[in-house]
Amino acid sequence: MQCPKCHAPMHTYNRNGVQIEQCSGCRGIFLDYGELESLSRLEGQYSQPAPPPPGVPQAYPSAGAPQAYPAAPAPAWGAPHGGHGGHGGHYGHNKRHKSFGHMLFSS
Amino acid sequence: MTADVLSALRAKVRAVVHPAADACVCGTETSVLADRPDGTVVRHAGTVAKAHAADTDPGELAARMAVAAHPRLDGILLPPLRPGAVESHGRPVTFWPYGSPVDRDDPDAAPWEAAATLLARLHRTPRSVLPPGIPVMRGPVKAARAVARLHAAGPHPAADPVLRAWAVLPAWARDEAPMPYARTLCHGDLHLGQLVRTLTEGRDGDWLLIDIDDLGLGEPAWDLARPAAWFACGLLPPDEWARFLTAYQKAGGPAVPADSDPWPALDVPARALTVQTAALAIAKSVAAERPLDEVETSVIDACGRMAAHPPELAGEYAT
Repeated sequence: MQCPKCHAPMHTYNRNGVQIEQCSGCRGIFLDYGELESLSRLEGQYSQPAPPPPGVPQAYPSAGAPQAYPAAPAPAWGAPHGGHGGHGGHYGHNKRHKSFGHMLFSS
Repeated sequence: MTADVLSALRAKVRAVVHPAADACVCGTETSVLADRPDGTVVRHAGTVAKAHAADTDPGELAARMAVAAHPRLDGILLPPLRPGAVESHGRPVTFWPYGSPVDRDDPDAAPWEAAATLLARLHRTPRSVLPPGIPVMRGPVKAARAVARLHAAGPHPAADPVLRAWAVLPAWARDEAPMPYARTLCHGDLHLGQLVRTLTEGRDGDWLLIDIDDLGLGEPAWDLARPAAWFACGLLPPDEWARFLTAYQKAGGPAVPADSDPWPALDVPARALTVQTAALAIAKSVAAERPLDEVETSVIDACGRMAAHPPELAGEYAT
């Protein structure tokens, strides 16, 4: 492919398993969809000297306030339960909801 | 029609169990394990017959059967009793050994570790050992069909957040574009009803995965996405989710990184499964003329929260 800036040919490099196009003229770099995130994630893994044990909160965007106790990472759109420092959800101390019991087994 | 399919299927399963006899000689009942347009399943003694959906592609079904019968998948997928399918009332019928399912009345005893380990082993199957012509995993097809059912159910006050959450998903997750990394063998429709144990020397054997209808090459995070969605919706307790996820990581499953946040990989499939579950819940509540229950509402609420948080740009972990 050609560089969109200087129109020199671009060459493909493999950096940590991520394909990167670099311009042979201006040295500019082109990243495909998702590749920047892949590189950032790889960089984050390298900079952590020892991986934390599973279940320790990670640097994932969280809707909640500071955590009162360690919780599994959860998506930002998740329910305000343990993963977000709050309480709620339909499990907890009560018996599992019958409707959820059905959901566990159905497509 | 359903009655015809059922009675023909009952006759077929009895004939497989008693090939030399005109009638059943063992005296056991033929029980109906499932009766839906996309899968009617009957059992006679130790044999199960399944009538697949009428629109099943025969070539794709044959390729999926070959995977289930492949020695490399021994101990992961339940192998069929017979390699091919027969036809009955326009639906392909396949034969399987009976296996005892997870106890629906005791979901606390759910084999989360076994499910996760089976998925990790399935996902780690090298493509080089598999027969050619394996179709694409049908997870996104099922999600799109659920949304079509929601549209067909007519207007509903809860439909709007579900459709908005669907609209922001990438095209591949909505079955509108090919999956970007369709290289991993996936189950395609994992839930607790997809695990059975067969009797081996009078005792329950190890858990195996069943139902190959959606199996194929695709994005392996899709197979983790239903439990992930249940956890994210506040339905599955964090400790059960952690048991499932940790077992998958320990078994070397390629869908998520072994020791860091799995959510960049899980985000899009978990959103899609949340939308699928919400869409089916609304469609079923409309059909049954009943209100949505608390659990269904929590899934729809999760769809509502998705609008404020655009999908993660998930990268690729599988190599």
